Amino acid sequence: MDAVFIIVSALKVFGFTFLVILPLVAYSTYAERRVCAIIQDRVGPNRVGLPATLLGFKKDLKFFGLVQPLADGLKGLFKEDLTPAHVRKAFYWMAPAFTAAPAFITLCVIPFGSAVTLFGHEIQMVIADIGVGPLFIFAIASLSVYGITLAGWASNSKYPFLGGVRSCAQMISYEISLGLSLIPILLFFGKLNLTDIVTHQATNGWLLLPLWNENGTVIHEGYWQSSGYQWLLLLPMGISFFVFTTSIFAETNRMPFDLPECETELVGGYHTEYSSMKFALFFMGEYAAMIVGSALIVTIFFGGWSLGFGLDTALLQTGDGDWKWYAGFIHLGAFLGKTIAFILFFIWVRWTVPRFRYDQLMKLGWVVFFELALFNIFLAALIIAAPHIGILNTLLFGFPSLTIIAALMFFITKANEEKRRIKIT
Amino acid sequence: MPFFFYSFAAIAVIGAICLICFRNPVNSAISMVASFLGLAALFIGLNAYFVGIIQILVYAGAIMVLFLFIIMLLDLKAVERRQRSNPLFLIGGTVIPLIFIIQLCIILPQVPNQASEPLALKEAAGDFYDKDRKPDEQSEIYQSLENGSLPDVHLVGLTMFGHKDDNATIKTPGYNFPLQIIGVLLLVATVGVVALSLKKKDPLPENSEH
Repeated sequence: MDAVFIIVSALKVFGFTFLVILPLVAYSTYAERRVCAIIQDRVGPNRVGLPATLLGFKKDLKFFGLVQPLADGLKGLFKEDLTPAHVRKAFYWMAPAFTAAPAFITLCVIPFGSAVTLFGHEIQMVIADIGVGPLFIFAIASLSVYGITLAGWASNSKYPFLGGVRSCAQMISYEISLGLSLIPILLFFGKLNLTDIVTHQATNGWLLLPLWNENGTVIHEGYWQSSGYQWLLLLPMGISFFVFTTSIFAETNRMPFDLPECETELVGGYHTEYSSMKFALFFMGEYAAMIVGSALIVTIFFGGWSLGFGLDTALLQTGDGDWKWYAGFIHLGAFLGKTIAFILFFIWVRWTVPRFRYDQLMKLGWVVFFELALFNIFLAALIIAAPHIGILNTLLFGFPSLTIIAALMFFITKANEEKRRIKIT
Repeated sequence: MPFFFYSFAAIAVIGAICLICFRNPVNSAISMVASFLGLAALFIGLNAYFVGIIQILVYAGAIMVLFLFIIMLLDLKAVERRQRSNPLFLIGGTVIPLIFIIQLCIILPQVPNQASEPLALKEAAGDFYDKDRKPDEQSEIYQSLENGSLPDVHLVGLTMFGHKDDNATIKTPGYNFPLQIIGVLLLVATVGVVALSLKKKDPLPENSEH
């Protein structure tokens, strides 16, 4: 391990965490409040700016309230940090860190851009380029359950505990559909390295918008004629995208599924007993998880850092297929643009869709999404296998067996439901 | 890097010791998670990313969460006040580890104490070279071995499901059938657990005692 590698890695960790993600976390709270204000026909926080009147000017500089997150952070730091007497101290103190840390750790496998060449060194714009990218994210993200659960338990009071138990059940349930919905994509790409997945999409078209191809032509003829039936894959990929995105909402405890902190039932949820910066850490963890979620959606379904429309090869590559030295920065911009669009989508959904009931949430996870994702795997596998086993075999054996599996799953679910309804009445 | 090995090994061992020393079951569960994380890091240090990540994903992320879930729903006060256990347990608990320690003491001196050589990845790539394919259409395993990284995910798949390509040098029998059987076995166990837990509810309607 040479010194350059260590220094570059440390710089990347520092840069991506403190210069990219933490400002993004701060400003997504600001965006949340402003977007919510727009939707509810209010003004929102638009006052905090530079206090120019202190220096003798006539008016403060407001900047649309863009300094608000800084003021919020300072307030969190300087507020009294109250530890109630009835809590279990050690876990009470550890829980906020357990929530916030995993969300930031998962960022290290997400490719922020292609490569930048500085001082003769080619620097990949990803902190750890490992071969098990999505699995790593799932593994570390699943550890954030501990933070919320322990917060609920350590608070030693009823409502936080209910919130913690709810979140535990919810996150375990939706992890299943989250993992299963990703399998069709892994079947298609045949690898788990996120950088490779994005590079593949940069040359062959984004997974959900394959409007251009290797030559940069929009709707390449070969795409529709190729024996791979690639365009048929849009159906399973679309289902995957739907299940995956919705499960991310549930995993991050965002609005249609924010049962762990459901104010109307649980006072404040698992963080009822927390104040000042500890509460802010939960908040930061939630937003960081949201950012990681949108970054993952962008990386897998919408081409990550690639510009699309064949622009990557046309503008940013030198003749022999290498990236120009500044390509990484442009790709970083493209990636952040797409991620921010998805964050705004998350915020939009939060202020549009009403909250689910808890039994509806569990039914959606276990009955609808689990089955849908499972069926989706078979569908994608059949379409991918079709050219290898021949059209005749696919139509004669593949599709009938797929239909039988789907029908079986449907009837088992229905039968269960009927039984339960009879029991209740 | 011996430094990383020793620090993560220390985490794993200390976590395991804390697991049995703590009175409070929640503390024990959390130290078990720490122990799993240390183990996973050791696997990753051996280039086995897939096994390490699965260790975290399955054990630390799913099974221990369920453990914690159930522990928290129990009454902890009763468990913490538990009386001293049978002296026979104490004797058994010292004798069995003692046997293992003696075993370790016998085995360890026989292991050559030297740093292991880095994996010869590029030489290994030759075994996966397919003569009938073009150089840029070689398998994923060959390409990443050529690039100097161990494709452990693909190797796990290769060992699991075997190799059908007649041209490749390395062929594995594949354990597809045993794998499916184990899957069915787990499924049967799951269905059995659900059936057992449902059976008790049937005879008495709820709230009959109040």
